[in-house]
Amino acid sequence: MASHGIKDRVAIVGMGCTRFAEHWDKSLDDLIVDASRETFDSARVGKDDVDAYWFGTAQSGMSGITLARPLQLQGKPVTRVENYCTTGSEALRAAAYAVASGAYDVAMAVGAEKVKDSGYQGLNAFPIPGDGTARTLTAAAMFSMVAPAYAKKYGVDEDELADVLARISWKNHQNGARNPRAQFRKEVSKETICASPRVAGRLGVFDCAGVADGAAAAIVVRAEDALRYTDRPLYIKALSFAAGSGSGLIDPEYDYTWFPECAIAAEDAYRQAGITDPLRQLAMAEVHDCFTPTELVLMEDLGFAARGTAWKEVLAGTYDRSGALPVNPDGGLKSFGHPVGASGLRMVFEAWLQLRGEATPERQIDTDRTLALTHNLGGYPGEMVAFVSVLGTEPG
Amino acid sequence: MRGIISSAGYVPYRRLQRADITAFFGSGGGKGTRSVASHDEDTTTMGAEAARSALRPLDAADRTGGTEGCDSLWFATTAPAYLDKTNASAIHAVLRQPPEVAAYDFGGGLRSGVGALRSALGGTGTTLVVSADLRGGLPTSADESAAGDGAAALLVGTDAPEARVVAEYLGGASVTDELVDRWRTVGDQRSRVWEERFGETRYVPLGLQAWRSALKEAGLDAGDVDRVAVVGMHGRAVRSVGRNLDVRPGCLADDLTGTVGQTGAAHASLVLASMIEEAAPGQLVGVVSLADGADALLFRLTAARDGWTPADPVADQVAGAADLSYARFLTWKGMVTPEPPRRPEPARVSSSAAWRNEEWKYAFVGSQDRTSGAVHLPPARVSMRGGAFDDMEAVSRAETPATIATYTIDHLSYSLSPPIVFAVLDFDGGGRFPLELTDVDPETVAIGDRVSMTFRRLSTAEGIHDYFWKAKPIRPSRHPR
Repeated sequence: MASHGIKDRVAIVGMGCTRFAEHWDKSLDDLIVDASRETFDSARVGKDDVDAYWFGTAQSGMSGITLARPLQLQGKPVTRVENYCTTGSEALRAAAYAVASGAYDVAMAVGAEKVKDSGYQGLNAFPIPGDGTARTLTAAAMFSMVAPAYAKKYGVDEDELADVLARISWKNHQNGARNPRAQFRKEVSKETICASPRVAGRLGVFDCAGVADGAAAAIVVRAEDALRYTDRPLYIKALSFAAGSGSGLIDPEYDYTWFPECAIAAEDAYRQAGITDPLRQLAMAEVHDCFTPTELVLMEDLGFAARGTAWKEVLAGTYDRSGALPVNPDGGLKSFGHPVGASGLRMVFEAWLQLRGEATPERQIDTDRTLALTHNLGGYPGEMVAFVSVLGTEPG
Repeated sequence: MRGIISSAGYVPYRRLQRADITAFFGSGGGKGTRSVASHDEDTTTMGAEAARSALRPLDAADRTGGTEGCDSLWFATTAPAYLDKTNASAIHAVLRQPPEVAAYDFGGGLRSGVGALRSALGGTGTTLVVSADLRGGLPTSADESAAGDGAAALLVGTDAPEARVVAEYLGGASVTDELVDRWRTVGDQRSRVWEERFGETRYVPLGLQAWRSALKEAGLDAGDVDRVAVVGMHGRAVRSVGRNLDVRPGCLADDLTGTVGQTGAAHASLVLASMIEEAAPGQLVGVVSLADGADALLFRLTAARDGWTPADPVADQVAGAADLSYARFLTWKGMVTPEPPRRPEPARVSSSAAWRNEEWKYAFVGSQDRTSGAVHLPPARVSMRGGAFDDMEAVSRAETPATIATYTIDHLSYSLSPPIVFAVLDFDGGGRFPLELTDVDPETVAIGDRVSMTFRRLSTAEGIHDYFWKAKPIRPSRHPR
């Protein structure tokens, strides 16, 4: 029993990502074709050069045919994957492991979600027939319970914590404003953030990720083949995944101040990648900021701050683009919105741009570090799936 | 000796000030208040609440299934949640009654509540007689303000060492008359009434005839009776009969119409339950009900009354209420339709899934791991602690108080009455579950608050009602004793 990882055995050699937006004029197929074309071009391959495909979508389609039809893939192994909001990351994990196993030379992960055709605001899960007793809260309400619990446990005044959360939102909008692929490209003042209408608990509109359509994709090959496709591949240092048992919802010992699944996934990823001090070793991190308290708690779950101290680090600017460890330099879910199947790969795309020095100059991180982390979660406090990847430009 | 073994009334938490109707429309309304069922209550849930309260004194300990050899469960209402499908069977499930206990609906007429009670008193075996009603009318109508929502449950049976009768049935009488004084055709939102004088001239002699016949059967004089209440939808007739009962001064009981309102098919039982709670051993109490004729019932409180403690006295519920705005009242009664939240409506409940999970859904029964003691809500087969497979026993939390561990207020989730207040609850004796709070003002909720469980209707989709549990604050009794 072990989690060995596949450090430096597989490399990402091409990526693409659409702008995330309310794409009223684009279908799911359009988004898939746009992200895939950019990715094929990036890796300088054609669709028939890819041996196997994994397609992540939470609820925009079923089966691999949802990808095979728009790309007209003939007789390829194409599989749809779904794992809550980590769906895009799961597509990458499956493709990477397939190549690492030796089963295929070239594999592709595509994640896409067409959210804005539902006619409703927010993300709405496909109803599975049930006995009618399951919780029907919004995700915002579930995550809103984190903030007061955190404030109480660590003795932070709730008003001060509101400033901390506003700063997270402000920081991610600062970053998103500079990113041409982001949905929201405007800076937002802390006053506006704090005055926004309440959604759940003390969370306002600006504490919540937006909703958008989008797609992103990556092509992976064996590490030793990587330089045949690009001179700057990203080597996979770690892929880690943890699913909770859902017991947090019914276990009186769970206190809503952390996400055990994320801590487990991070620990495993750091072990795979040989990371001992993430705050000083990572060039950047993309984390799942679905709500501002989520990002706060993740700073501790991912080891970027000691328990009970992340709120001070947020106020100190530690995670700003110019800080000790830039977090969500692309603007995060806050600025991008959350097309569920695409988000995990969008995070990897930011690592791809930043580590290769390809972000637009005004937002390129100035660093000599070579490692990036992406973190993607799905579900709710107490009932969560968590993914962590570590990617780097230097092979073993 | 035959009579009532236990009883309880259920009055919803909210009240409408009748003056608010006048203030809004310039007409209608009146003095006092009326009770209003919450948007998540119907006659089945209110009946279930009354039934839970009625059974609670009999097994104060954790109820683990089956109660005191009840043979039948009868449910009467003029506002059934379902037609065709029996509503009593949902209450049966809430109470975890064994399948051998028959569950029947008595429906349609306002008289069905008192009729079911008299049938049980005159019959054999032990019958839990539940009645509940939702009453209203068009805005400014007399029915809108005079009526109320509520329920009652009376456990009727024969005195036995394990189930003592607290109110002995001394006798009763019934008079039937076919008269179209008040009527409502199926699907109508309101009742219609004939000229008031016609009903009054009919109901007064009918009521007095039933009263005198009941006294005769019981071998009593009117002057022997300590408390009596007259109930009926016809206010003038009710008052007139009350004046002519020949009881001693001061013996006419509060019929609850000033505070609760007239609760239709439930009202005779509700007032009777209230009188039993207030009376002392040896006292004689009676009730006269006017509906399509008249019924009169007489009881004597027994020595066992002293050993019986009502779970939630009607007087406490009358005193411990909170006002509801007229706008919310009209919304909850379906008289106005505000813009719904822009979220998908809840999906239809799966009948097969609900049937499989009956104990969980209707009786809030989880499971407890025999090895670790961990409580699982809903029940599970594999333990979250230690991982034991299939080593669980059923454990109910329906009657267990809980403490709010944390909570939130959700402005977006679909609700007929936003916002939703949602709390993570830690149950006494183990077990945690996140549940919606009801009968609560969002501003007053705090971590550490104590709550009890209440059976509610979450939503309705494609005509299927989704019943489950919510939690409501445990409030200190406000009724002076």
